[in-house]
Amino acid sequence: MAIAFEHVTYTYQAGTPMAHTAVEDVSFQVPDHGYLAIIGHTGSGKSTLIQQLNALYKPSAGTIHVDDFTVTPETTNAALKPLRQHVGMVFQFPESQLFEETIRQDIAFGPKNFGMSEADANALADEMLTTVGLDASYADRSPFELSGGQMRRVAIAGVLAMKPQVLVLDEPTAGLDPQGRQAMMELFERLHREQGLTIVLVTHQMEDVAQYAEQVAVMREGKLIKFGTPTDVFADPDWLRANQLDVPRAAQFAQQLRQRGLTWDTLPLTADQLADQIAARWPAKGADHV
Amino acid sequence: MSKFIFGRYLPLNSVVHRLDPRAKLMLSFCYIILVFLANNPLSYVILIALTVGSILASKISLGFFLRGIRPLLWLIVFTVVLQLLFSPVGGHTYFHWAFINISQFGVINAGYIFIRFLLIIMMSTLLTLSTQPLDIATGLASLMKPLRWLHVPVDTLAMMLSIALRFVPTLMDEATKIMNAQRARGVDFGEGGLFKQAKALIPLLVPLFMSAFNRAEDLSTAMEARGYQDSEHRSQYRILTWQKRDTVTWILFLIGFAAILACRRW
Repeated sequence: MAIAFEHVTYTYQAGTPMAHTAVEDVSFQVPDHGYLAIIGHTGSGKSTLIQQLNALYKPSAGTIHVDDFTVTPETTNAALKPLRQHVGMVFQFPESQLFEETIRQDIAFGPKNFGMSEADANALADEMLTTVGLDASYADRSPFELSGGQMRRVAIAGVLAMKPQVLVLDEPTAGLDPQGRQAMMELFERLHREQGLTIVLVTHQMEDVAQYAEQVAVMREGKLIKFGTPTDVFADPDWLRANQLDVPRAAQFAQQLRQRGLTWDTLPLTADQLADQIAARWPAKGADHV
Repeated sequence: MSKFIFGRYLPLNSVVHRLDPRAKLMLSFCYIILVFLANNPLSYVILIALTVGSILASKISLGFFLRGIRPLLWLIVFTVVLQLLFSPVGGHTYFHWAFINISQFGVINAGYIFIRFLLIIMMSTLLTLSTQPLDIATGLASLMKPLRWLHVPVDTLAMMLSIALRFVPTLMDEATKIMNAQRARGVDFGEGGLFKQAKALIPLLVPLFMSAFNRAEDLSTAMEARGYQDSEHRSQYRILTWQKRDTVTWILFLIGFAAILACRRW
């Protein structure tokens, strides 16, 4: 098991009149090298939930297992540093965390904090720069000269440079153009497939959930209200809409076709699946014409 | 950060919360002057009664105030000890060595200083806990109105003040977010020696300044786009009106103030 939450609760400002429970009694498991998407309405506790994965917030109650690490309310801060390296965290709008003079230094900042030598970290920085799709000539420029999308790539390179085994992404494509979005999601997919990274993705893009995720967690008001495969979760569009969520466009289209009398063995969730299933209905016709 | 109560607003529904911010500002100001004029036990008893009464009326638990004082404890202790040791000779002398001199006068003075600190902190904490920052700004602007005759740009000052106050929580959120992002990259805030701690602040401060400047630029563009012009007389969405509860509070406090002036040692 890569990640296991056992009855995790998190309360902000516990013990004051402003106390507010953001995550309540959440339990779920993600297998090794899994790909989990977390969806839910704004303010449903998604961000609080994922920040517990590297113990930026320690649970108020319950236990979290991440690979060989265990975090409980009693865990001391000293024990957390190896966990912080193990779990890479890409926050919303990560470009706001850039601060160094050059892009190389900024990417090397994380690895150096975890004890890597300057030379090794710099070499790694150049490598990561190409991984995120920027060429090596950027390394000596200031991160503040870049466009927003490029800055985000640099910030993500800075997280990847820590060589995490679990990558947590909080709306990584928010505010990017469609092309940038697709390139970003394909990068994460490649890391997942080729390097076996466990990925936890918080997103509002149902298309991305359908295309990439292996498991989906649905949050509402701090509670985990559904957990399963994308097919399970997207099977009931009325329930999703009642929770201010939606189904992917391809699935919407398929459902409209179903209302017109078409039946599906499994509901297609992505455009590719939809096209394949439609094509499969007319195999003979094409053959007739030959 | 969350331990620091002083300067925070606590949303509750009490008489104190609903008071006119101008009344609260003026009364707090007069109260602080009175704290320094009080000089005998009876006048302090009246001050303490006023303070405790106000706190009770605000429905905020007393423990909250005590917790708020904790960060300032060392400052208070330092001042009290200074008073205790270096007061001029007066009354009975308990202990004397070189320039250190603990006298009856010093002990009494130290006690007064301690109570003064406590009372002022309590009352100003009550003001900020029970008044929204924007209300404080509106109240101040309203109180400054007469200065307009002296060509003081009151409206502009009020606008600056409310913008500054409005963005305190925003910047706090931003700081928390950046701190978390850097902690996730292996920075330890508040650990190690002084030099290491100061160095850990760079990854926090650079992005924070960047975002503050960007935000300021966006805000000024947005204001100009909506036709904001400096030094124009502005009307207000929320108009402060004098209520019966304000009159009652003023009367109660004025009675208290008069009693203090009457019984202090002249």
